Amino acid sequence: MFEVLLGGLILGGMYGLIALGLNLQYGVSRILNLAYGEFLIGGAFIAFFAVMSRWQLNPLLSLFASVPIAFVLNWLIYRLLMVPLVRRAPDQDALDADVVLATFGLFFVLQGLALVNWSGDLRGYSFLAEGRNVFGAVVALNRLLAFLGACVLALALFLILRHTRVGAALRAITIDPVAAELMGVDVRKFSAIAFAAGGALAATAGMLVSTFNSFSATSGGDYTLKALIVVIMAGVGRVTGTLAAGLLLGVVEQMGGYLLDPGLTLAINFGLFTLILLLRPTGLFTRA
Amino acid sequence: MLEWARKNPSICTLLALGVLVLALLPQLVSSYVVQLCISIYANVALATAWAFFSGATRYISLATAAFFGVGIYALAILHAYLPLPLALAASALAGFLVALLVGLSTLRLRGVYFVVFTFGLTELIHQVVNWSAIKSRTVTRYIFTDASRVEIYETLLGITLFTIAASWYVSRTRHGYALRAIGEDETVARHTGIDTTRVKVLCFAASAAVMALVGAVLTLQYPYVDASIAFNNTWSFEVLIAALLGGPGRPWGPAVGAIPLVLLKDQLVGSLYFTIALGLCFVAVVYVLPGGVAPLIERWYGAFDAAALRHALRTGRLPEGWGVGGDWPRRLKLGVKAGLARLNGLWRL
Repeated sequence: MFEVLLGGLILGGMYGLIALGLNLQYGVSRILNLAYGEFLIGGAFIAFFAVMSRWQLNPLLSLFASVPIAFVLNWLIYRLLMVPLVRRAPDQDALDADVVLATFGLFFVLQGLALVNWSGDLRGYSFLAEGRNVFGAVVALNRLLAFLGACVLALALFLILRHTRVGAALRAITIDPVAAELMGVDVRKFSAIAFAAGGALAATAGMLVSTFNSFSATSGGDYTLKALIVVIMAGVGRVTGTLAAGLLLGVVEQMGGYLLDPGLTLAINFGLFTLILLLRPTGLFTRA
Repeated sequence: MLEWARKNPSICTLLALGVLVLALLPQLVSSYVVQLCISIYANVALATAWAFFSGATRYISLATAAFFGVGIYALAILHAYLPLPLALAASALAGFLVALLVGLSTLRLRGVYFVVFTFGLTELIHQVVNWSAIKSRTVTRYIFTDASRVEIYETLLGITLFTIAASWYVSRTRHGYALRAIGEDETVARHTGIDTTRVKVLCFAASAAVMALVGAVLTLQYPYVDASIAFNNTWSFEVLIAALLGGPGRPWGPAVGAIPLVLLKDQLVGSLYFTIALGLCFVAVVYVLPGGVAPLIERWYGAFDAAALRHALRTGRLPEGWGVGGDWPRRLKLGVKAGLARLNGLWRL
């Protein structure tokens, strides 16, 4: 029982980790990036190539390449592709419709390019694949690393948002972009930065996840969907809520699988999500 | 409808002739072409049904695959017990009822929430069906019918024509106007006295019934089905993009988008480049053709008359209004200029 709970927490940490960047993107820039998972997979592939290269690098070192690349690419996507849509849209609903289509297109194009270049084979490598005893239950070290990574990133993001000038600007945009603009915040610039930072977080999450999950060029969509579920459960723009919602999802999924039927984990996942969407469409951790 | 027919006899004659030719087509062409036409009709019917609700109300639904799959499963289970026409009707009814339930509980979600919800719902139904299939040891359900390819072709042709005609007819009735009013501004629509929930749920369910029926008819040509065939969410995306590419604002718009997409898929089938092409179509719809192709065709048709054509032939220039939208060379120039300015702005940041 305790092992199942711990497994749920570890899994939930991963869910929170992959959703952090998406929540930053959607919360601040108001862009629902459905191509998000592709950057996650991009980070995973860069880590894979670093490990498989001649020098057999530590996958953590691949972050020095994948984070800047993802940051710049996402920044360019926001500036070149999203800004025209933001300018054109009369309201958030119209913007959402346009953005959903545009980022779906981007998702298909990126996935197609990944398939052409890297084929559809499942990839994976071994890193820190050894058990550790945690309060009497055995947990793989690489999963523990991802869990700690999730906590550290969420905490860092929380502190940045809470205690820095940039963070204050980002929070102001999350609450009300128009009012933020009137207060002298350069909304375009900070939205672009938040969007790019979200992409960088995706690449980081991808590297951490790739240490214990195998992946292929087509698995980006699954991660986007998981991240989206967590973001909508948490509430848009809630950083600590993202981690909490991820943990909740992980625990419910594992417990449900253990108590009811292991074949039902995905159904429980989507059931919980649809239930929360129906009861609290604005998310669990938003102020009423 | 009859009044419109009396006013436009020439168009009606042409349409009737066209339908006759399509109905006789299987006698004239190879079975490969018949198969391709079945695929085209299925996509056209699905895209028209999708646009009937989602195009007018702007509730973007990704639940096409869910209703399609419900139809498939209903037929796969029922065809052993009921005569085929009854089983088909029951499948459509199943789609209608499922959509009624879903609609009543969810249509207050708007925007992205609705999109994500419909997607999640498809996956939920998929997983539950898959799980119960494993439990009851019926992972693959075999289909035993003696429906021939030509019969499937004629049935689907009928469904497709009916869907387009019904969508066109309803768009001219009170319900059609109510749907469009909801799409423009739902609060205003409610205040003008439209029972928005009733209209939305009924139309959502009607469009779902067509989707389920198409799924059921397509099932007749498979030897067996399973959950991942029935609830394959690629259907949702392809139908969505076909409708938006063609133009969801017109009853015939989705057909214009679906036909080239099916042909493209037929050419690129199994190739990795279909994904990329589909993605580029999405991007093109958003940035270049926000209203789809249908408004363009209407403008060209409106600008088409003998005098303009004579002028065009004499001068070698396209008549006024035949461009992609007014003065496109100027717009292109301005667009490039604005793009360069934006690139310049990039370095400043």
